[in-house]
Amino acid sequence: MADEVPKTSEMVKIDHAPPSTGWMDTPVVIRKGIYSYPAKKPTLDYLSMPFGREWSPLDADWKLPPNWLDILLEGMRERIDRFRSFRLFMDICVRCGACADKCHYFIGTGDPKNMPVLRAELLRSVYRKEFTLAGKLMGKMVGARQMTAEVLKEWWYYFFQCSECRRCSVFCPYGIDTAEITIIGRELLNLLGLNIDWIAQPAANCFRTGNHLGIQPHAFKDMLDFFVDDTENITGVRVNPTYNRKGAEILFVTPSGDVFADPGTYTAMGYLILFHYLESLGFDVTWSTYASEGGNFGFFTSHEMMKRLNAKMYAEAKRLKVKWILGGECGHMWRVIHQYMDTMNGPADHLETPVSPITGTRFTNAATTKMVHITEFTADLIRNGKLKLDKSRNDNLNVTFHDSCNPARGMGLLDEPRYVIQNVCNTFHEMPESTIREQTFCCGSGSGLNAGENLELRFRGGMPRANAVKHVHEKHGVNMLACVCAIDRAVLPPLMDYWVPGVGVTGVHELVGNALILPGEKKRTTDLRGEDLPGVEEED
Amino acid sequence: MADVEFNGKKFVMDEDGFIDSFENWCPEWVQYVKGLEGIEELSEEHWKVINVLQDYYKKNGIAPMVRVLSKVTGFKLKHIYELFPSGPGKGACKMAGLPKPTGCV
Repeated sequence: MADEVPKTSEMVKIDHAPPSTGWMDTPVVIRKGIYSYPAKKPTLDYLSMPFGREWSPLDADWKLPPNWLDILLEGMRERIDRFRSFRLFMDICVRCGACADKCHYFIGTGDPKNMPVLRAELLRSVYRKEFTLAGKLMGKMVGARQMTAEVLKEWWYYFFQCSECRRCSVFCPYGIDTAEITIIGRELLNLLGLNIDWIAQPAANCFRTGNHLGIQPHAFKDMLDFFVDDTENITGVRVNPTYNRKGAEILFVTPSGDVFADPGTYTAMGYLILFHYLESLGFDVTWSTYASEGGNFGFFTSHEMMKRLNAKMYAEAKRLKVKWILGGECGHMWRVIHQYMDTMNGPADHLETPVSPITGTRFTNAATTKMVHITEFTADLIRNGKLKLDKSRNDNLNVTFHDSCNPARGMGLLDEPRYVIQNVCNTFHEMPESTIREQTFCCGSGSGLNAGENLELRFRGGMPRANAVKHVHEKHGVNMLACVCAIDRAVLPPLMDYWVPGVGVTGVHELVGNALILPGEKKRTTDLRGEDLPGVEEED
Repeated sequence: MADVEFNGKKFVMDEDGFIDSFENWCPEWVQYVKGLEGIEELSEEHWKVINVLQDYYKKNGIAPMVRVLSKVTGFKLKHIYELFPSGPGKGACKMAGLPKPTGCV
């Protein structure tokens, strides 16, 4: 729990020296504050996942099924056959260590098993023992080891200390995608009922109500209605979103965090303001209360679960007969869309290559996924001079941009958010080069690790990102951290409060909503958060 | 899951001390959590927050977003923290017997 997080002065005392014992001989010590609670039985039952039971990571006995080893090794065998990437990544690593100090969790914890190379080695050592001749014959000499219940605990502890951010992969000379290894590791753990609840519960909710939070259709509408009222209070203009509307040209899908949790809710108001502005220019969009989630916590569980959850938005697009899908400021959704969807649930032939109804721009980059990122869409509007913007309404903000890992490394979305921000804000400063764009540092809480009980891990893992923010905060007076991911918007505020007090967090479209001049709007006196606009107090 | 007995009532809680089900909520639960939260005396304002949370939950199956709670009760977030030191989620929702929200929150 939060009250057990060490003070920053304690937290920065990080020892990166490895223990004197070899890694195979150093037993795993599972510590509170680092792990997340195990998935609960009703949740796993709901997802048709096996071996739901009550167990605690701190207990010696994890109540594994008697034949757990057979299940696990058979699971590995199946995946070695099925995923060439898995076998390749198991075989080709030369343990050069280029990745070792690139991981935010290693930097923040100093635990050698958080070096990506060693985290992967936890699994690779068993692969060698069971699936390679050298490993079978020579064992430990070639880095092979027997699978045991202790090894399984080590897997669980460390595969839920990787946020699948893929920063290490950028530096790997072989291009080993460490996230893929964690994904397989977690998939194998799931065969034995060893998920964490913060992942399993949202996935179950998503099947039940269409989104991770468990928002039912009437509640979803109720939440947006609240934003409609608030938007009217601030701008004097009443926006009019529609839901599940058949025949709309575009379906809009965004993370449910945006309609529920601050500060994402202000980003949601930004979307509503932009959509209303565009309506008279021929923009025809609908929200869905069924495909009411961009995120996909199935992605953090197994390939099958990811596929099942991803299919929902395409099924809804088909049902509503829209032409294409506009996607909101979500993180991992974009990796699923960009790198998996096409061969998993696609091709989405019932949709068309997205064309902006306002500028006529054809988004050929989305020709197969049929899904456009909202910052691409908005950047195109700005580039074509379609938006009337008053940048000065963001003059109280000195902004920097945190590249959310998956849009940055998973789809190459690097310039569009920056272009949008710099067109709606007067003051913008980049963080150091080695911490942004492809090399961006994770928020420390990605891939379903944004629970409350592992806050120490989150603050440790988020330290490198926070450190870069601190740099621009002190050097340039940056006071606002913009991002394009709902997990970011949820986890960066406490991270900033902990490491860099005085820096807020915003979505990019909250900034757009502040700057965009709606036809017929009243003189705005506050921003979307209800705080006085720059200069207003002086006028009073 | 942990069991606790308080004023003759039995409760089952999760790891963070949230009640296992809204169905099992009763006023004694509030008295029990009150002690853990370090709240000395429950005022009308505490009950206003608890009632708003429960009404919203019964209607929508989820806790209201903080902005809605603030608007309906008329209490600024700062004041809600004054009433419930652990905040609207870990303090007020826990007392009202609502589950924790999960996902990108």
